[in-house]
Amino acid sequence: MVLKVFFPQCCNRADSGLMVGRWIPSHESAVVLAVIHYPFIPGQVKVYLQQMRAQSGVDLCILGSWSLPKEEEEGMESFLQDLSTIFPQRRWLQVRRTLGRTGFTCQVACRDQGEKEKDEEEEKVIFVHYEQKKVMQSQLHPIKESNSQSESELRQVFQTVASSGPLFFMDRYDDGPLKSTHWQTEGREASILVELLRQASTPLCILLTWILTVCTSVCDLRMFRFYPLSFLCSKLSSCVQLSYRAEHMRMLSNRNAAMQHQHFMRKANVLLSVMVDVALGLLLMSWLYRDQNITTLSNTVLPAAHRVAKELEELLQWLMGAPAGLKMNRALDQVLGRFFLYHIHLWISYVQLMSPFIEGLLWYGGLSACLGLSFALSLLSDAVALFTFHIYCFYVYGARLYYLKVYGLSSLWRLFRGKKWNVLRQRVDSCSYDVDQLFIGTLLFTVLLFLLPTTALYYLVFTLLRLLVVLFQGVLHLSVDFINSFPLFAVLLRLLRPYRLAEGVKFRVLCEEEGSALHLLMEMNPLSCSAVVQTYRTPTYSCYPKDSWSALVKKLFVGELIYPWKHKSTKTD
Amino acid sequence: MMEDETFTDISGKPITLDCHSHSSFCREFNISSPKVSIGKVMVYTCSVWLVAYAVFFFTQNTAFLSSAIIITLVGMMFYIHFVKVDHESLLVIDSLGIQVSSTYASGREITTFIEMSKIKDIVINEAVYMHQIIYYLCVLLKDSSEPSVVSSVVPLFESSKPRLNCLVKVYKSCQEILSKCQ
Repeated sequence: MVLKVFFPQCCNRADSGLMVGRWIPSHESAVVLAVIHYPFIPGQVKVYLQQMRAQSGVDLCILGSWSLPKEEEEGMESFLQDLSTIFPQRRWLQVRRTLGRTGFTCQVACRDQGEKEKDEEEEKVIFVHYEQKKVMQSQLHPIKESNSQSESELRQVFQTVASSGPLFFMDRYDDGPLKSTHWQTEGREASILVELLRQASTPLCILLTWILTVCTSVCDLRMFRFYPLSFLCSKLSSCVQLSYRAEHMRMLSNRNAAMQHQHFMRKANVLLSVMVDVALGLLLMSWLYRDQNITTLSNTVLPAAHRVAKELEELLQWLMGAPAGLKMNRALDQVLGRFFLYHIHLWISYVQLMSPFIEGLLWYGGLSACLGLSFALSLLSDAVALFTFHIYCFYVYGARLYYLKVYGLSSLWRLFRGKKWNVLRQRVDSCSYDVDQLFIGTLLFTVLLFLLPTTALYYLVFTLLRLLVVLFQGVLHLSVDFINSFPLFAVLLRLLRPYRLAEGVKFRVLCEEEGSALHLLMEMNPLSCSAVVQTYRTPTYSCYPKDSWSALVKKLFVGELIYPWKHKSTKTD
Repeated sequence: MMEDETFTDISGKPITLDCHSHSSFCREFNISSPKVSIGKVMVYTCSVWLVAYAVFFFTQNTAFLSSAIIITLVGMMFYIHFVKVDHESLLVIDSLGIQVSSTYASGREITTFIEMSKIKDIVINEAVYMHQIIYYLCVLLKDSSEPSVVSSVVPLFESSKPRLNCLVKVYKSCQEILSKCQ
């Protein structure tokens, strides 16, 4: 078996001393975490190790000795060799390096005599050089939370380095009895921004919690529980978006720091997405409130509504005549056409009534964009839904009529052939009808059949209109969904610090010399951008169509009402 | 210790196999494909531009010329960055794992490292493709929970497609190392 020693790059030029680290038993490998320099007192080293073991929870031990002899130190080799008796280990590594040569040599001394007899030849050693800072901060994907011993070797190495934080607190400016070399020897790294954020976060969290409690107490008023308002609130996408963001704020204002990687990434993504959302909303507001844009917009609403009403009236007049050369049933045509025309007349008078208030509404509605662009977009989608309510009504009327007709036709068709639908057995059975039943059934069947083209045409026209509106609303919802779920922090991290999100590692063979062991350099293999987005997407109340295309077409054909954008409730995972 | 040999791939183009033995338990195999030939590039570019110029001659619209230039440039960049593989390498390290990497003509490298605990074996498989039978080298992976079941197959040297004589050499070399640790 080949012995693998994971050696940190920062210790390549460390002074002679003892190597501290951990053995990974099942894979015949050792991870070197730091080098404690000569001079030291072995008793103090043991005490220090015990302290570190307790603080970090990692099974640290002295792996062996490291010697990089300089001119003055001659007796170093023998001294370090004698140390193997003081620190009892099953295996003792003696790593030697001479200045001027890049390769290390390693000798493994086994404690048990029995093992020594088995391996007559020298044990083969591989030195894997790793950059300690990068390995410590990186996270291997796919993320597994288990802490079992049967994990792969690389995961155990990463875990060992990541949990050994307390070992890296002692730097060379400390006046302690021991001096060690590791990645923070030159001084502990910290960022001013992070420290400032940490200080500012506590009062901010308290403020946020207070605001949220006020808002939730308002929302929990009794009047919102009763049927009309609660139904309305569940249908309006702006209310849904508001509750979704409130959920996020609640998660952010939680003062406990995120312990696990997933939790931390989720918090960071949400925070960044909320900030970008608010920034875009403020940008929209700055455009809206300048140069009388609101007045221009509100002045176009009334003419646009008139135009839409006129187009619809023309459409209905066309249907009431002979549309596309088809001959309609005059009476039904007139009834349906006049009914819909009256509906449009009602709607246009409603819009005219509302017209003086539109500018005010736009002004106050635009203020809501300060909560975020997603909120403004969902408000727009709700406004579109309200303004095209008449199209929705037309669609429902047409669809219901058509559905009843198709249902009646299919049932009477069965009667025409002498069959009946057995509800109990859910199948078609034969049935003997009386003569008068057959007579009336056939009459009704004929009537319905000849009225079918008229109803079908009205249904087709209004379904197409409704689908147009649904498409527009869908685009708005998809963009809101994108703003909600895109993991901006994760993508930025992947672009700026690619070693933090690692898919795996890659090895490179470093230059070899005669007589030295094999040296490899271990680097992080960063995760691809698409995998980053997939892993760290924030779950949303996604509104993807719940029917497949074939089911949708079938529903349209039969006349069932379609609700293509159905909101899923957010479930916390 | 380095060895350099020329073989052919399954379509007859010459490829080079480079075996490098870093130590007794670490070997690297590099298969390089032929580079992009300047003659072919010139032929394609000239034909696209001639066609664009002919269209311009008839319609007098400069948009054709600029779009031809843009298409040529973008197409070439796309080709050397995403399509043309310069060399593929296989690094076998005893008791650590196998690293497979392919380098594109623009220098982009895609690397995958497979740990030894996941590797069941390296074998040469045959595949029937239309009217020919091709051989390819692949790594059989296993799940640590079920060591006797092959969970997936990773083909090696997919773009270079060497023939059997080259594959046999690589196979023998790999098996020398793998048989020692398993």
